[in-house]
Amino acid sequence: MKRKILAAVLVLGMTLGLITGCAGTTSGSTSSGGTADTGSTEKEEAAEEAAPAEEAAPVHADEINIGIAQDLDESLDPHLAVAAGTKEVMFNVFEGLMKATPEGDLIPAVASDVTVSDDGLTYVFTLRPDVKFHNGDTVDVQDVLYSIGRNSGADGSDPLIPALSVISDMQGEGDKVTITLSEPMSEILNYLTLAIIPADYDKQDTEPVGTGPYKFVSRTAQDNFVLERFDDYWGTPASIGKVTFHINEKVDGLIRGLQSGALDLVAHMTSTQTAQLGDDFNIEQGSMNLVQALYLNNKEKPFDDVRVRQALSYAIDKQGIIDLAFDGYGIPLGTSMFPSFSKYYDESLTDYYPHDTAKAKELLKEAGYPDGFEMTITVPSNYQPHVDTAQVIAEQLAEIGVKATIVPVEWATWLSDVYGDRKFQSTITGLTSDNMTARKLLERFRSDASNNFTNYNNPEYDELLAKALASTDDAEQTELYRAMEKHLTENAANVYIQDMADLVAVRKGLEGLTFYPLYVLDVAALHWAE
Amino acid sequence: MRIKRNGYLTAGLILTGIIVLMIIIGMFWTPYSPLTMSAKEKLQAPSLRHLMGTDNFGRDIFSRVLKGAGTTLTIAAATILIGSVCGTIVGALTGYFGGVVDDVLMRFNDALTAFPSILLALLVISLVGPGNKYNVILALGIVFIPSYARITRTAFASLRDANYITSARLMGASNARILLVHLLPNTVRILLPALTIGFNNAVLAEASMSFLGIGVTPPDASLGYMLSEAQGMFAAAPWYSICSGLVIILLVFGVGLIGEGLQRGEREVE
Repeated sequence: MKRKILAAVLVLGMTLGLITGCAGTTSGSTSSGGTADTGSTEKEEAAEEAAPAEEAAPVHADEINIGIAQDLDESLDPHLAVAAGTKEVMFNVFEGLMKATPEGDLIPAVASDVTVSDDGLTYVFTLRPDVKFHNGDTVDVQDVLYSIGRNSGADGSDPLIPALSVISDMQGEGDKVTITLSEPMSEILNYLTLAIIPADYDKQDTEPVGTGPYKFVSRTAQDNFVLERFDDYWGTPASIGKVTFHINEKVDGLIRGLQSGALDLVAHMTSTQTAQLGDDFNIEQGSMNLVQALYLNNKEKPFDDVRVRQALSYAIDKQGIIDLAFDGYGIPLGTSMFPSFSKYYDESLTDYYPHDTAKAKELLKEAGYPDGFEMTITVPSNYQPHVDTAQVIAEQLAEIGVKATIVPVEWATWLSDVYGDRKFQSTITGLTSDNMTARKLLERFRSDASNNFTNYNNPEYDELLAKALASTDDAEQTELYRAMEKHLTENAANVYIQDMADLVAVRKGLEGLTFYPLYVLDVAALHWAE
Repeated sequence: MRIKRNGYLTAGLILTGIIVLMIIIGMFWTPYSPLTMSAKEKLQAPSLRHLMGTDNFGRDIFSRVLKGAGTTLTIAAATILIGSVCGTIVGALTGYFGGVVDDVLMRFNDALTAFPSILLALLVISLVGPGNKYNVILALGIVFIPSYARITRTAFASLRDANYITSARLMGASNARILLVHLLPNTVRILLPALTIGFNNAVLAEASMSFLGIGVTPPDASLGYMLSEAQGMFAAAPWYSICSGLVIILLVFGVGLIGEGLQRGEREVE
């Protein structure tokens, strides 16, 4: 018995110790102990490189630790990776002929200049002299032809990017690449942000090589991903020498990492989480530029019935979700488009389905489900915001008699089962446009699109899309895109929720965080304050 | 089996009794619905209105703890039922008959024991699929079979050649009768403490599984799941983790006391 009592006392003591211990770290030790923790070896390195600056406190090692919630795609090949989280990181490693700016414009990157013929069919790119790959080779026209050809299906295979099948011919000579289109396409430059990679290199999967400001160093699956400044970068070199992305699928692990000083920056946090961080961090707010929605498998019963989908749209209260799970941060959406694309974004669609449970019940009754039904919501368990959203949705759906069961799955499982094999009933995720085109957001709902994981199938939509793509008149095309958005809303293809607010916790002293109208994290722009 | 009353037993019974009573009440009535969310009452500290405060969705933690403890208790009880019944059957057969059956089953048993239990549970979950209370019960039940098989086997094997068994056999009693009527009651005194210890292990195993995200799934609550939820908001709402953690401790402590009391009471009778 004495042992039992002792054990009980120990357990209580440990619990208390845990509490007080944690409280201690949040209040005081982070600022001083934290940065020193990053390791004495790095500090020595930094001292060697910049000896005079060393005296001036505070000393930040020439490195940064960033926490991310999910591992990268299995293949690091930039043309094969699908996850937004992978592209977010690899933005620092790869560049295309063109490159996005924070303002949403496109500037030449690997190319120094582009000229377009009057009929909009011929593009001539001049390559920037001596742009180097991370392996030391100089980028030449062969690399460019290879990189683009791989995506446009130049060798007759299925194009990785279907939109690029519009390229009818590519010629390279000297430092000029001439691309000829079979029909004009206004977004071609956006698509040519695709990564330029070496033509004769076959380890892109595991040891990616690009031209960006950072080069790949190492990867430990499920643990970390290390980048290093590329000193031969053609543009302004990055400020911070070493970047380590730490993967932690448990969000509290990320919070503790920040608090203990092991991490300097974590993006995509919720307000509940950032509220715990204390004074050592600045919280920067941007927009994630994605469409968070309850994506419905339109092929699965009962979501093959438009009335059921509409019923769900009426039953789910977007603002309620934003208030409950996001402390009011977030912009409610009504279709597959977000406000950053102001040209295409149609705000009037947001309230197309006002929160109305009576209407929802009526529609369910019409559809033959007077008592509701059971459904599953598959969520990637490492994305706490999506899990939280699912909980609120399950509660809201209960009001119309729909019993939603939440199935949390690992990220890898989500990618293969839900996104890949389309084996799901409904799921919550955020869809992005990785090249700043509205088309990328809308094209995935074409009946036979390879990434149409919601199995949306509507000939009317396909026709609109075909017309929009064929259109050469910008105003007309914009109208068509807007019509497509409206179509998605009217047919309640999915239950649209919001463009999530992006709360980024940044350690004080770390400056230069730049938001893009893209889902990326530009590490090269970051620097420690002097 | 006679057991003398003692302080441990009384304390354990009272503590467990109170908790079980609360859980039973919680099955029919909770102060608030454990699922109703309220944006106005997010992350409130404990007060008279919310005895244990509210979580990040404004749900009443006390109501959730009542329901969650119910889930945890159900899972633990069902796990122990599966584990002990299957374990006893295997242990009885192998212990009583011995021979090849004994060798084969017990080696298989050894193999199962060689896995860390949480890993084995993970394996079963990956086979039957996560996100379901019954799958958690199944997984933990299987994990708990080997230890009960081992305990009962030893008891049956040691009693197999006792004089009264030999007499019963000479009088023509069937194997089934000997197993059920003569041997089984005599293993209860070994099994009972094992049950209480097993129960505690099951509570903790469920908690760790839900904590790791392979157990009970939202919006359902179990103590382990709540603890893992609470971890993400430790600084913002410390009462959440303390309350759910404390209930786990009390539940385990109460049943632990009962187990200790049972053993002591019996020793004193002897």
